[in-house]
Amino acid sequence: MEHVVIIGNGISGITAARHIRKQSDCKITVISGETDHFFSRTALMYVYMGHMKFEHTKPYEDWFWEKNRIELKRAWVKTVDFEEKKLYFRLPNDTDDKEAKVGGSISYDKLILALGSTPNKFGWKGQNLKGVQGLYSYQDLESLEEITPQIKKAVIVGGGLIGVELAEMLHSKEIDVTFLVRESSFWNAVMPPEESVFISRHIKENHINLKFSSELDEIIGDENGQVKAIRTKSGEEIECQFVGLTVGVSPNIGLLKVPQGNMIGREKPAFVLGVGGIKLNRGILVNEYLETNIPDVYAVGDCVEHENPQVGRKNIEQIWYTGRIMGETVARTICGKPTKYQPGIFFNSAKFFDIEYQTYGQVPAELPVDTKTFYWEHSSGRICVRINYQADSAERRPKAVTGVNTFGIRMRHEVWDEWISSGKSIEYVLENLPKANFDPEFFKQYEKEILEKYNAETGSSLTLKSKKGLFSKIF
Amino acid sequence: MLQKLGLFIFLAAFMLFVGTLGMNNYTLTNEILEKNFKEDALLDAKIELASMVDQNYSNSYTFTAELSEGINQLNKVYNAQQAWDKKIYEDTILTIVKSSANGYLVDNKGIMFLLTFGLAIFGALLFIIPEAQKPAGIKNNGIYFNPAMTRKWLGIGIGTFLILFYIALYFKPQYIANWTMLVDPVSKLINGGEASRWFMYGFLYTISVLVMGIRYIIKYRHSKYQIFRTLSIMFFQTCIAFILPEIMSNLNLPSADLKNMWPLDYSFFFNYRIDKLLASGAFGIFLLVWGIVLFVVGVPVMVYFFGKRWYCSWVCGCGGLAETLGDPFRQLSNKSLKAWKIERYLIYGVLAFAIIMTIGVLYTYFTGSYNLLGFIPTESLKSSYGFLIGSIFSGVVGTGFYPLMGNRVWCRFGCPLAAYLGIIQRFKSKFRITTNGGQCISCGNCSTHCEMGIDVRAYAQKGQDIVRSSCVGCGVCSAVCPRGVLNLENAETGTRVMIAPDVLLGNLMEK
Repeated sequence: MEHVVIIGNGISGITAARHIRKQSDCKITVISGETDHFFSRTALMYVYMGHMKFEHTKPYEDWFWEKNRIELKRAWVKTVDFEEKKLYFRLPNDTDDKEAKVGGSISYDKLILALGSTPNKFGWKGQNLKGVQGLYSYQDLESLEEITPQIKKAVIVGGGLIGVELAEMLHSKEIDVTFLVRESSFWNAVMPPEESVFISRHIKENHINLKFSSELDEIIGDENGQVKAIRTKSGEEIECQFVGLTVGVSPNIGLLKVPQGNMIGREKPAFVLGVGGIKLNRGILVNEYLETNIPDVYAVGDCVEHENPQVGRKNIEQIWYTGRIMGETVARTICGKPTKYQPGIFFNSAKFFDIEYQTYGQVPAELPVDTKTFYWEHSSGRICVRINYQADSAERRPKAVTGVNTFGIRMRHEVWDEWISSGKSIEYVLENLPKANFDPEFFKQYEKEILEKYNAETGSSLTLKSKKGLFSKIF
Repeated sequence: MLQKLGLFIFLAAFMLFVGTLGMNNYTLTNEILEKNFKEDALLDAKIELASMVDQNYSNSYTFTAELSEGINQLNKVYNAQQAWDKKIYEDTILTIVKSSANGYLVDNKGIMFLLTFGLAIFGALLFIIPEAQKPAGIKNNGIYFNPAMTRKWLGIGIGTFLILFYIALYFKPQYIANWTMLVDPVSKLINGGEASRWFMYGFLYTISVLVMGIRYIIKYRHSKYQIFRTLSIMFFQTCIAFILPEIMSNLNLPSADLKNMWPLDYSFFFNYRIDKLLASGAFGIFLLVWGIVLFVVGVPVMVYFFGKRWYCSWVCGCGGLAETLGDPFRQLSNKSLKAWKIERYLIYGVLAFAIIMTIGVLYTYFTGSYNLLGFIPTESLKSSYGFLIGSIFSGVVGTGFYPLMGNRVWCRFGCPLAAYLGIIQRFKSKFRITTNGGQCISCGNCSTHCEMGIDVRAYAQKGQDIVRSSCVGCGVCSAVCPRGVLNLENAETGTRVMIAPDVLLGNLMEK
């Protein structure tokens, strides 16, 4: 029986395992050193804030794995031998008894690398002090929980999604949070200026001390190796007992970079690329089929770098659902139906304290040539919508919508996916905007106000042509 | 600060409330016995209770226990004689205890009412209302660090109190006679008489729904669905369940909770109720027809259009208490597949029990025979349903277990009406919870905070609509979802996504 081994029990590795099981009878083993069972990484913040327990982050009950004959192994893989198709739980030359105990090896016929990612550290002085960490793994949560009682003031470096989540988490424990953002406005490398200002305002509303245009210079420790302050590049010193590093994540490929010398008694050439000759760049390089350069070795999820990404997609895209889709895709390939990784229209979502954000299609920070934009913001300053569309002069699909950002109004994925992929015009979309509304019943609707703003700006006289959601079909 | 003060006031008032049970002196007089015993039993009572008469008791427990024991002896004799009509029931004992009481509480019911109920409400509101100053949005911070909400000592303590309360209320009301005394002023105001235990219970129930309803509205004030739904619950409990029946009996009409229906209202077809309605002229007939139309026509039609939520989380009293008083415990419902299996056996078992029991009762009513099909004793069916389901399951377990098994224990495992509504919701309804394409991140907020123990995430993460007979449509899964994935919707029945798509939206690989 063919043995498929998956390193990593996150969303991509587990999705691959589940879908392989659906399509095949082969032996499946999932290895993780992080936790015994698959959990939702995105929910760690809720565990910290007391919204749920760790148990609740597990999408499947513990009996699920045995029932579906997916073997789980709790261990860190230390060495991969691609030639012998073997994984070792220790380093080649390690003679430490403790290491040897978790020793042993597993052979595979097919290997899926789902190694995830790791928080970036940019070589700051003091970045390894106690009380300095990112927030990615279960272990990160544990160490944060452990140190929390001692934190009165915290500094978060880097303004992205995890940064905001970490700020919200610390804030929930009544910790003073200072947020250092290198840019002049929050997340403005990703968000257009209005949205960036909009989110910044909301973060400040929640009593987070946002400092723009300030960069971390060094982290200062006390005599016990515990962080006591940070210094910014402008020389300002900020006292703190905790530093959260949230300056993005990178593919977690350290395992594959460990130098190979005399490996389990055999001479091996030192490969330029990675262990056993696997091609690495910033991530593990894969083709459209998620195959690495080594036969029978695949890579999925955060650790992947696509050699030929689709138009409109980045070569490294660390999102929950891209990991899930890669898992689904590679399962087919492994089960004998070679399938290309083909994510559709881009989408994503997040929550900034109390404001939910969704996006469909492309809404880059800087407006591309030949693209126009329409932005509406409610007077409360807590709801806004931006729709990008092709200019009249565009060669292809003039006026077709290309993307939307929505804050404080939930929108239907299905509807926007259809509008963007079929190139519906901005007029059509605005007249039918209630169709995309996914807010709960009785919520106030703003489509009319949005439409009126567009009419006023463009001198058009559009009117609403449909009603909200599925409900309209009854009456 | 204000909140701490509120909590302190509430706790002080609560302790005083518990303390009132020990207040008063008690003296049983022949006069009291003469008032409460039928002539043929009076002599027996005077002999049996002779040692108590005209004695002053300063301990309410000793008095009540001694009195109960004496009456118990009498009942034993009557049982042996098969003199059923002479038997003395709890309500009589309760009245005797009440009449025998004298002391500060008896003389100052109004003041004591204000010091207990009044201060408790004031303290609770002082604790609750400042929450509105925080920004609106989901604030579940610290739920799992709170000993009341996680089956720790405080949760177990609250559960124990509730369980004891229900046992006393249903089976030994004489021990909480002083609590009925506290609400006498309210009862006098509304219906002119002294408070029965059921009046006291109804009042306490309504106050709980109102005060905790305000808490709920503040907590979920970013959602109009939640606000409207809670106002609806508060209205139905206060006006339809509590005040209207009192007005009806003031007008000498048969009183009824117009929103309650069979089989939740399991005694609807009991002979004494049918007789009373039939004897009350046109209005009685109206109540009888209304009660039947409600479950024969009302349920299927309303569930078809809106799902069972129209009743369970917008109208029902049990649901109302669960959604308000019970909200802090919603996360304690068990989400495992095993719990779902147990749930299905139990709830449909109770529905079957209710149907058979009612058929038996009606059979006896129309034929006069006490044996359905010749061997099923209808009277014991009736009394065992009342005891096991009506009292133990719905009351003692249903509410007493809030802090242990979540706030919908009764609704999920026991309510025969919920079972009936659920069957229609599952097979013929426009209602479903829609999932939004590929946006789910499997975080588990929805499942964690589902009071019915539905593993909502299991559906959301594979793009399948949530169509479950148990879903009461409270809307909290949708409210706590950080990614806007879940929405309660009504549309053509055929459009419900009952089977998860092979490939979720956002993935262009072949289906």
